Amino acid sequence: MRKLLLTSVAVLGTTASLAMADDVKIGVFLGFTGPIESLVAQMAPGAEAAIAEVSASGKFMGGNTVSAVRADTTCVDAAAATAAAERLITSDKVSGIVGGDCSGVTTATLTNVAMPNGMVMISPSATSPALSTIEDNGLFFRTAPSDARQGVVMTEIIMDRGIKEVALTYTNNDYGKGLADAFATAYEAAGGTITINTSHEDGKADYSAEVGALAAAGGEVLVVAGYLDQGGKGIIQGALDTGAFDTFVLPDGMVGDALPAAIGSDLDGSFGQAPGTDSPGAGKLAEMADGFDATSPFSAESYDAAALILLAMQAANSSAPADYKGKVFDVANAPGEKILPGELGKALDILASGGEIDYVGASNVELIGAGESAGNYREIEIKDKAVSTVGYR
Amino acid sequence: MTDILNAFILLSNFVLIPAIAYGSQLALGALGITLIYGILRFSNFAHGDTMAFGTMFVILFTWWFQSMGINLGPLPTALLALPFGIACCIGFVLITDRTVYKFYRKQKAAPVIYVIASVGVMFVMNGLVRFVIGPNDQRFADGERFIIKAREFKQMTGLSEGMSIKVSQGLTLVTAVLVVIALFWFLNKTRTGKSMRAYSDNEDLALLSGIDPDKVVRVTWILAAVLATIAGTLYGLDKSFKPFTYFQLLLPMFAAAIVGGLGSPVGAIAGGFVIAFSEIMITYPYKKFIAYIGPDGWTPNGLMQLLATDYKFAVSFIILLVVLLFKPTGLFAGKSV
Repeated sequence: MRKLLLTSVAVLGTTASLAMADDVKIGVFLGFTGPIESLVAQMAPGAEAAIAEVSASGKFMGGNTVSAVRADTTCVDAAAATAAAERLITSDKVSGIVGGDCSGVTTATLTNVAMPNGMVMISPSATSPALSTIEDNGLFFRTAPSDARQGVVMTEIIMDRGIKEVALTYTNNDYGKGLADAFATAYEAAGGTITINTSHEDGKADYSAEVGALAAAGGEVLVVAGYLDQGGKGIIQGALDTGAFDTFVLPDGMVGDALPAAIGSDLDGSFGQAPGTDSPGAGKLAEMADGFDATSPFSAESYDAAALILLAMQAANSSAPADYKGKVFDVANAPGEKILPGELGKALDILASGGEIDYVGASNVELIGAGESAGNYREIEIKDKAVSTVGYR
Repeated sequence: MTDILNAFILLSNFVLIPAIAYGSQLALGALGITLIYGILRFSNFAHGDTMAFGTMFVILFTWWFQSMGINLGPLPTALLALPFGIACCIGFVLITDRTVYKFYRKQKAAPVIYVIASVGVMFVMNGLVRFVIGPNDQRFADGERFIIKAREFKQMTGLSEGMSIKVSQGLTLVTAVLVVIALFWFLNKTRTGKSMRAYSDNEDLALLSGIDPDKVVRVTWILAAVLATIAGTLYGLDKSFKPFTYFQLLLPMFAAAIVGGLGSPVGAIAGGFVIAFSEIMITYPYKKFIAYIGPDGWTPNGLMQLLATDYKFAVSFIILLVVLLFKPTGLFAGKSV
C-alpha cells in the first residue's frame, strides 16, 4: 500500500513537472518553395528569431519553452497549402500560426483549416484588401498593411504633388487588381480623375497596344501597378519611347534599383512608395539579426507576427487560441509600455505581473480595423538612376 | 491643316509605326513556319524556340564583341554578330533534322507525328536556352536608340503631337524588306529554289524528275534557321530578349501563317501585318484622333475604343476563327489545314 502511494505520488510529480516545462509549438507557415521563396528565406528566420528570443528568456508562461515548426504554403497552390496547414494543426499540434504569406493561399487556409479548427493565424505579408472583410471569427490578423492602405498613401503622395489626372495600368492578378481598385477608389474620392484603368499581362514583349491606349486617354502621370521585372517595365519603356508619359508612379511591386538601372536616366523624377518605417525598431532588429537580412521585405513583419502571438499567449496565460485571440489587439496597441525588438523578455515580465504593453516591434505595429497593420510607407523618388527615400508616411 | 497633320502624326506614332515593326517581325517568323509547312509538310512548333536559340547565340557573340570593344557606332553590335548566330542556329537545326526528323521521313510518318516530334524538339531547345543564358530578361541593344525622338520632333515641326522612330524599328523594316526580296529571288530564280517549289507542289513528280530530296530538306532547314534568327534578333533589339516571350510568339506567328495561307510566302507576310495591325488598331482609343479631325467641340467623352486592350489576344484568335470558317485555305490560297 505504501509502495503504491509512493509511486502514485511519483507519477503525479512527473506529470506535474512535465506540464510545467510544456513546449509550445508555433507554426511558421510560409512559401519555402514557389514565387516568393527568395523573400521567405529572410522571413522565416525573422519569425524564428522572435520565437527563440521568447524561449530563451525563460519567462514565457512560467518557464515554458517555445519551438517553431516549418510548413510550406507554396504561395500559389491552395490544395498543397491547405494540406500543410492541416498537418501543422492535427499532427504537429501547434498553438498558433505565423502565416500564410501570399494572399490567395492565406485566404484558402483561413477558411478551410484555421476557422474549422479555431486556430489563430497572423500573416506577415498577405496584403489583399479582400482579407480585411473576410469572415474570420476573430482568428486572423496581419502585421502587413492592406493594399487598401497603400491606395490611400499613393493618393496622398500624388495629390501632394498637385496632380489631378492620372492614367492607371495594373498587372492582371490578385495583387495588381486589388491595388488598382483600392487606389482608384481613394483617388476618385479625393477628387482626382482616372482617365483609363486597364490591365496588362506579364511576360509579353509587345505592349504597343496598351501604351497606345494609355497615351490616347492621357493624364499627367502614369500609375503602373505591376512588377518591375515584368510587364510594368515593358509598359514604362514603351511609354517613354513613344513620348506618351514622362513621369510614372511606382507602387511597392515596382520599387527596386533594377528598374532605373534598366531604363536609365529617363526615369528620373518618377516617384512612388514601398512599405517601410523609420521607427527605431527596424534598425534595432537589423542590428540584432543573426544570419538573416532583417531589411528584406516582410522580414520585420514576420518577427512581429511571431512576437504578437507569444505576447498574446502570455497576456492570456494560455496557449489555447480561443483564450488568447482576444488579447492580440491589447498587446499590439496602446496603452502600455512601448516594446521594441529585443525587449520581448521585458514585455513578458510586464504581462506576467498584470501590466500592459504597446508592442511597437520592428515594423511599427498598430493594429486597426479587422486586425491589420495600419501600415507605414516609405515615399521614394528616382534620382540619378537610383531609388532614394524622400520621406515616410 | 495643322489639326489634320497632328491627327496623322498621332496615329503614326501609336498605331502605324509600332504595328509595322511588330508586323515585320511576325512576318519573318511566319515565313519560316510557312516554308517548313509547304516543303516538309508539318507545323513546326519548335519555331519560336528556334528563334530564341538563334538569338541567344547572337547575344553571346554581341557580348563577346562588346567586351573586345568592337561596335558599329550608331547601329547595334548585334548586326555584326548576326551571321555568327545564324551559323550556330543552322548547325543545331541540321543536327536536329539528322537525329529526329530524318527517322520519321524514312518511315513516311503522318504529319501529326512530326508535329508531336517538333513539340519534343521545342522543349529541348527551350531547356537548352534557359540552361545557357537563363530565364531572365537580357538586354543587348547598343548604339543609338532613336532616329527621331518625340520631343525633338515636336520642337522641329512645332506640332503638338510628337513622333518617335526607334533605330530598331527602322532596322526591322529595312532588314525585313531585304530578306523578303532575297528570299523571293531565291525561290523564283535559282535552281535550288525552283526545285524546292517543285518538291512542295508535287513530291512524287519532283522525285521522278531527279530532284535530290535530301538537298531540298537541308536548304529548307537552313532558310528556316536564317529567318528565325533574323526575326528573333530584330524582336529582341526592338523589345527585349526573354525565352518565355519567344515561346509565346508562336501563337501570333501561327495565326499569321494560317491567315495568309499555310505554305504561301506572300500570305505569311500579309498575315503578319493583318495580325499586328488588327491587334493595335482595334484596341486603340480614337478619342484624340477624332478631336483633331472633327469640327471644334466634337471631342467625345468616351475613349472611342472598339475593344479594351485586355482583349488584345482575342483579336488574333477571332481573325483566325473567321478565316478558318470561311476561307480555310487562307487569304492567299495556301494549303487547307
